[in-house]
Order: sequence, then structure tokens, then C-alpha cells
Amino acid sequence: MDGAIVSRRQFLQVSLTATGALMLGFNLSRGEQAAAAADLNTFVRIEPDGATIIGISQPDMGQGMYTTMSMLVAEELDADWSRVTTRPLPLMLMLDDQGAIAWKVVPQGAGGSTSVVDLFRPLREFGARARRLLLRAAAAEWQVPLAELATEPGVVVHRASGRRAPYAELAARAATLEPDGEEPQLKAPKDFRLIGKDVQAKALSEVVTGRAKYGIDVQMPGMRYAVIARCPFFDGGLIDFDDTETRKIKGVLDVVIIPGPEPGAPSTTLATGIAVVADSTWAAMKGRDALEIRWDEGAYRNETTSSLDQACQAALDKGEGEVVRNDGDFDAVIDSSTQTVTRRYRLPYVHHATLEPQNCYADFRSDRCTVIGPMQMPSGASRLIAHLTGLDRMAIDVQMTRLGGGFGRRLESDYAAEAVLVSKAAGLPVKVTWTREDDMARDVLRPGGWHELTAAVGESGLPQAWRHRVASPSKYYRRAGATLWESEIYTDDPPAGLVEHLRYEYFSMDSGAWRGSWRAPAHTANAFTVQSFIDELANETGQDPLEFRLKLLGAARELPYSNHGGPTWNPGRLAEVLRVAAREAGWGRKLPDGEGVGIAGHFTFGGYVAWVAHVKVDNAGSLSVLKLTGAVDCGLAVNPNGVRAQMEGGACDALSTALGEELSIEGGRHRETNFHQYRLMRIDQSPRTIDVHIVAGSAEPTGLGEPPVPPLAPALTNAIFAATGKRIRHLPIADQLKANV
Amino acid sequence: MGAPVELTVNGKRIRYDGDPEQPLLWVLRDEFGLTGSKFGCGIGVCGACTVHVDGKAQRSCVTPIGSMQKRNVTTIEGLSPDATHAVQRAWLEEDVPQCGYCQAGQIMAVADLLRQIPNPSDEDIDRLHSNICRCGTYYRMRKAIHRAAHYLSEES
Repeated sequence: MDGAIVSRRQFLQVSLTATGALMLGFNLSRGEQAAAAADLNTFVRIEPDGATIIGISQPDMGQGMYTTMSMLVAEELDADWSRVTTRPLPLMLMLDDQGAIAWKVVPQGAGGSTSVVDLFRPLREFGARARRLLLRAAAAEWQVPLAELATEPGVVVHRASGRRAPYAELAARAATLEPDGEEPQLKAPKDFRLIGKDVQAKALSEVVTGRAKYGIDVQMPGMRYAVIARCPFFDGGLIDFDDTETRKIKGVLDVVIIPGPEPGAPSTTLATGIAVVADSTWAAMKGRDALEIRWDEGAYRNETTSSLDQACQAALDKGEGEVVRNDGDFDAVIDSSTQTVTRRYRLPYVHHATLEPQNCYADFRSDRCTVIGPMQMPSGASRLIAHLTGLDRMAIDVQMTRLGGGFGRRLESDYAAEAVLVSKAAGLPVKVTWTREDDMARDVLRPGGWHELTAAVGESGLPQAWRHRVASPSKYYRRAGATLWESEIYTDDPPAGLVEHLRYEYFSMDSGAWRGSWRAPAHTANAFTVQSFIDELANETGQDPLEFRLKLLGAARELPYSNHGGPTWNPGRLAEVLRVAAREAGWGRKLPDGEGVGIAGHFTFGGYVAWVAHVKVDNAGSLSVLKLTGAVDCGLAVNPNGVRAQMEGGACDALSTALGEELSIEGGRHRETNFHQYRLMRIDQSPRTIDVHIVAGSAEPTGLGEPPVPPLAPALTNAIFAATGKRIRHLPIADQLKANV
Repeated sequence: MGAPVELTVNGKRIRYDGDPEQPLLWVLRDEFGLTGSKFGCGIGVCGACTVHVDGKAQRSCVTPIGSMQKRNVTTIEGLSPDATHAVQRAWLEEDVPQCGYCQAGQIMAVADLLRQIPNPSDEDIDRLHSNICRCGTYYRMRKAIHRAAHYLSEES
């Protein structure tokens, strides 16, 4: 698919609207209807009054795509930023020369902190080509050489004659020009007007006035409302149901069955359900309450959180997991070592709990389908809908709204597929809304599990041998052909490459729970365990936790990294963010009794982040996070304001998770039903100060949706240890501090 | 069905004659097309649905429409015509929102908090502001609350 992208973004597609707006899109080939395609494919539209509308191809779930993407285009176009607004673009697919589905313009989706990496060049090149076209229009208009022309934001200028023309005035002429296919000249970084500057988020005013549209806000002509009673049991099913009372409720229009996947089969929807279609959300909810249903509780009916905890520990007790990395001779070094340390840590299942519950609008017709919803992976929705309905993928129109949070939940497409199935069965356009109870009961959880770490510390004070054993279910839930450990252990994660004798082992645990990607997936578990264990080793051997880390990381150098975020990582860059965070936090100063600082750093998907947490624990065991000091190296920070926002928000998300979040299992289903039980942090527990420092470690940007999260929890628990001497090895912290006062 | 409910929403007289048990939130969203107030939990815990009833913050997801007879409801759409309320200006200035889903409810709650306590301390904020932000924008939110208090003191 990548090859197709390159060849198709060579040229601009240019057109003029009836009202005189200049429309600039990526060029399409092979007889596509220019007029029809133009609007969909318009990345830039310059109105006669100078307003510049930039199309956003990527989903925005709070990671700042509206802002970052428009900055990249506007920078090279040299647009007047104050006149730039944004609009979302739908999923754009095409058939390639072999008739296979391909991206029409750019890859579209949001996951793995990749958007800015993928789009940094293509969007700037697009902007540069558009700018060149406007320069050529001015050159033709004024009969002057192209080389004598320059731009100021939104204006072409000819310095020699003093002539100036706003872009909008050049629209008609520009639309007559054939793009010349010249290689685009990108600005030198010193000439950036936007990139690298603090830019306020775009499209904020619609958020603070309530006009911003999320999936749950979709209203379409003829649309009906649906809620679904889904089987809550892992691999459960429907025995029978009675909808007599439901159909008596005013406003209820229909009741339809939505088939779930067979036990053990790859997931489509998450569960079998009975959908109630009505003329309002409320009537649908009341109708659902009136259903009489008997569920088959399924093969996992006896699974509980403690049964999984016990199974993980038993597996570690038995030892000998699947060896997934094995350097040197761990056993020999351990056997001959005088100082070995072994610790176990426990991670809970955690829930995405996007504040906007899942929802989707679908209008299924016999030959086509429209789907509108909050999606991280619209192409996945398109693929699944085609699979379930037999529709041609080119006949499925997928539109992404704003997302009220994503965090990985909306990489799945079950809620979109469900909406299509309801629309199809009811023969109506419907919006399916999940209540909070629906959302809590069915999520793709971040796997919980137990980790055992063992190290031998040599005379140098550094670990000579290191073993990390992970016992957990795999994130790869029902994924055909998947290698289960690959989602839980990233084999090139440090200390691989830093410790000579090293072994990583995986123990695959069975669980019926639906599982998936949760913001930085396995990094959250592994950063917690590794960074906690490093702290324990430092303390066991009487070394400063920061100095110990710096010594372990060593000098700046590129080490191979075959996992996502590679192909290399640089311990020197990780050391630098640790140093900066420590320095800015005043590492090493004397603190009052009951206070402590802790540090942790981690490399996640190309980005380096370190946090220092400063905490206070009072005599009653009540914890306050006084301050977080962070340092981040995400290469070039396209929008430092956005980088700080992701650091601050990621820290709070990670803090909330560490403090109180756990989705527990009881009777083969989720136990917590709503936010009174699943405890998300509020402002009273959030740190009064979050101080973020940006370290520029390279000239290319890396994404920052995820990297701030993994090192926060260990920085916090390391600080708690420094303050109290109590080592938190089990997450969430919950009331562990109170129980031990 | 009970007697029709007559209420004012954002200055407009509204008559509702459906199920009086229906929460105000769903009436606003589905029947009046005012989708700025968000559904988050349905049990009055997260605050995404916060509106003002006779000037006071109320969680509309647990407010039966039948209880709104002759009441005056303001939603985020009616807080100001053009994002010029002090809290909205402060939210823009501090660049608070990330996904933005909870922010209408946050702003409505804070507008009422500042009505009660024009110049709140951090402790007041901790005690009185309980809306959930899943993106964790609390650090900027706190700064924006103080800034909004400052704007309001300038206005008065």
C-alpha cells in the first residue's frame, strides 16, 4: 500500500469552485470524476475572502491532529494561520492498478503514536506544492520570473516592484495551471513560522460552545435510535428472550438479534445482543429494560480476578516460560553470583473508559452503506463491515467524527459493525448508543498479569544478569495466527542491549476477557515493572536511583530496536531526559519527613520520556502528588504547546490508572458497572504543578499520544518508596498505603 | 403521560408532553437537538451533562424532565452567544481541552462554582469541582478556573 501513496502524491489536483474558492487536493488518476472527488479529497480550500480550510485526514481523539496536521500544511503553504480553519475528511480508499484496496491519499488512522511520523513529510510537501502553484500564478499574472517571488503568510510578494497579491486573488489563475511536477522545496527549519512554536489548538471555540460534533451527537434525516442488550459473559450466548413488554413501550419500533462471534472465533462484534430500535434513545433504553433474557454464561463463568492472579503466580512458581530472548548465559551468572534479587509485580486489567461511550450511526442499503462514528481505525471498520455484509468496500462510506477519547478502544470496530447489523436488520438508519453500563461491561482490556524479575548485581554495582518473566494473557485476543508473546514483551526493550546475560520469558495465561490495545500497550506494564525493579536494585546496593540508571544506560549510541518505534533507540537520549527531569526537579535535595521523589524513564514508540514525582504521604497513609516534573525528547516538537498538553494529560491518565483503576472479573464478566465503582481521578487528586521540559534529540518528530504514560507509574511508586520505605509492587495502589500505617 | 411540561431552555419557551421520567439530558439532545451537553455515565457521577437550572449547576442525566415545570434551563449553547463568557475565554486562553468531550460540562460546573465562590482557592476547587476529565486536563483546568475568576472580577 505504501508504494501507491508515494506515486499518487506526486502532483496536486487543482480546481476552482463556482464561488471562486481554490481547491487543492492530492492528485488522483485513472479517470476519477474530478468534480466528485475534488471535495472529498480537498486538503486545502482557499476562499475568496482568504479563509483557508485545511482538511484533516486523521481521527482526533484529543492528541491534537486538527492542530498538528494543519500546521504542517500551513507552514509550507505559508498560509495566514489566523485564517486557517479545519474540517474532517472521510476515509478515502481506492482500487489500485491491480484492483486491490489502497489508500487514496494517505494512510488514515490513529494508533501507535504514528500520525506525525507518517505525515510530517507528505503534508509539508503538499503545502509546498500548493505554494509553488500560487507563486507560478503570480509570476504569470505579473510577467516576472518565479525566482523573484516570495511569500508572506497568505500573500505572494514581488519585492522589486512592491506588488502583493493575497492567495485568494490568485485562485482563478492558479486553477488554470498544470502542476509542474517539480520536486517541492521544503523550508529550512530556521524559516519555520509555525513548526516549533507554541501554537494554540485549532477548533477549540466549537468545543467550549458545545458545537463540536462527536459520534454520539450525530443526527441524520430519518435516523432512529438503538440500544443493545449484549451478553455480558465471556464466550457466553443467548438462550432465549421475550420482548412482549418491550414492544408495548411507546416509541419502540423494532427488536432485532445481533449475532456475536462463536466462542473462540475472531471477534466481529464483541457479543451477541438484542437491539431495541426506537424513536428516541430514552424509549430504546426503556424498551431494553423491559426485555426478559436468559444468557448462557459460557465456559469462563468461573473466572475471577483472583483466579487469574493465582494462575499467574502458579505459572511463575513453576518457572520455565517460553524463552523469547536469550543473551549470554543467565543461569551460569546467577549460579555464581553472590548478590541476586528477585521481585514480583502485579498489574491489573484496566479499562479504556472513554468518556464518550461507544456509539455509531449506520445507514445500510442493499448496495451501499454509510457509517459515521468516533473511530481510530476507519479502514478496519470498512473491512469488518464488508466481511459481515458482503458489501463491496468501495460502497461503504466511512466518516469519522471527533472522538470523545480513544486510548486504543476505538482501534476496534465492533461498535461500528453492530450499528450496521442493526440498521440492516431493522431496515432503518440508526444510531446505536452504548450506556455507560454497556461500555463498562464490554471493553477490550489492557491485559493484567504478574511479572517476576531477577538480577545478579556484580562488583561494578550494575546488573550482570537479568531475567524478566511475564505471566499474562495476551493482548492478541482471538487473533488468528498471532504469536501471543509479541504483544506483551518487546524483546529489544531495555535492559536488552545493556545487560550481557539476559533472558525474557513469557507464560501465556488463559482468560476469557476481551483484550486489546490500551495507550502504549505493554509498555505500561513493562515500564512499571522494569523501572520499579531498577529502583529496588539501586536501593538494595546503596546507589542513587538516578546515578544507577545513568550508569546502566551508558553513553549515547544507537542500539537495534526491532519493535515498533525502531529501527534503533539511543540510551543516551533516555539518559538525557532523566538528567533534565532530575535537574529541574531539584533531585538530591533534602525533603521534609513524609515527602519523597522518585524517577523513571522509558522509550516508547520512538519517544523518550522521564518523570520525577514528588509525593507526600501523611501519617494516615493519605497520598498527595505535589509535583510532577517531566522531560521529553520526541525529536522535533512540532507544537511545543501540544507536546506539553500530551505530557500533562498522559501523566494524569497514568496517575489515575496507578491510583485506582482496575477492572475486576467476577463470574466470567466485568464487575465494575459505572464510574462510582471504576474510579477515575478527579481534580482533587491531580498534581498542582506539572512542569514539562522539552529536549530536542533529533530533527524529525515522533508521536506523543503514548510515550508520556509508561514511566509515570514507576516514578510515582518509586517516590512513595522514598517517602515511606513502602514498596508498591501491586497496581493499582488503591488503599495499600492506608492498610499499612 | 403526565401534564405537559413548560420550561425555558436558553431563553426559549419549550413545551414537552412526553414521558415525564425521561432525563432532561435526553430531551435536550434528542428532542431539541442541543447536543453540547454530553452523556457520560447516566448516574450523575461524571458531570459531562451539567447544565444550569435556574442558574445552578445540575446534572441533567439524573434530572427527570417532569421536574422542570416552569424552570429555566441554560445549556452550554446558551452560556454565551459567542464563547465570551469568562470561563469560556479562560478555557481558550489556557488551551484546556484535549478530546473536549467533558469540557462543556466542566465549563458549566465552573461557571456555577465561580458564582458561589468568586475567587476560589485550590482547596475550594478540590472540594467543589468533581467533574471527570478522562484526558486528564486538570492542570490547565485549574489554571483556567483561576483565570476565569480573574476575568469575572474585572467584569464586575
